[in-house]
Amino acid sequence: MNTLTRENRDGDRAQTEQFVVPPASVIEAGDGYTLEVEMPGVTKDGLDISVENNELTIIGRRSLPVVEGTLIHHESRPENFRRTFELDPSIDAKKISVRIEQGLATLILPKAEHRQAAQDHRFLSFV
Amino acid sequence: MTLIRYQTSELAPWSAVDRWNNLRDELNSFFELPVWSSFARAGQLFNGWSPALDLCQSNDNVIAVVELPGMRKDDIKISLHEGTLTISGERKRESSSNGEKAERTERYIGTFRRSIALPTRVDANKVSATYRDGILTVTLPKAEEVKPKQIQVS
Repeated sequence: MNTLTRENRDGDRAQTEQFVVPPASVIEAGDGYTLEVEMPGVTKDGLDISVENNELTIIGRRSLPVVEGTLIHHESRPENFRRTFELDPSIDAKKISVRIEQGLATLILPKAEHRQAAQDHRFLSFV
Repeated sequence: MTLIRYQTSELAPWSAVDRWNNLRDELNSFFELPVWSSFARAGQLFNGWSPALDLCQSNDNVIAVVELPGMRKDDIKISLHEGTLTISGERKRESSSNGEKAERTERYIGTFRRSIALPTRVDANKVSATYRDGILTVTLPKAEEVKPKQIQVS
């Protein structure tokens, strides 16, 4: 089962694994951006963040509590989370930091220092 | 600040289910509300956040699992009234310093409320709850008289 869902770098991983797109918010402060992504059931170990070609991808693998008994009402989705964001060129990708608390991942995206003055750049749209 | 409701196509097939669940919850809460005495609250009925809720049943327990990412434990309220479990609370905006500006807001901030009718009677005094990794798990032990019992032939 694990091999089936493992990320496949060279190809169409979307076909091997289904993801849920988590809700996210972006807050801008003077020296950078804060990105909040809702991923209930994801711990620090389940987080996978990568930056490639100015695109930030955040994957959250869920470790859901095992519940005894039979399911009689079901609304949650079992899939893992994935979302991609296009990064503003002013963001210093090397300084991105992340923490996750109660299923809410908070990423701090600082602007590179020499770019801070530039006002015309914006954190670009969600992909 | 602008609020932009954002619906991705991947989530779209579920919106019908969500809407149905919302509607059912709203109807449930509608009948619980002292609507006529507080007419102003009726305006809040059709807004808000409806966190995903699963309900499981075993021999001894009924277990409700609710996805509540990014809450504080103290902001979650759980109540049990005449066989209906209600989970409500408020998600507060993190205190923001000056010069911060929301570029895009998809996360819901504010109050929510979910109610669900339990399938059997439970022992209200023994209900317990844990909140971990953004998931609330409420364990409701069944009342003694509804638990399945083996009866020996004497």
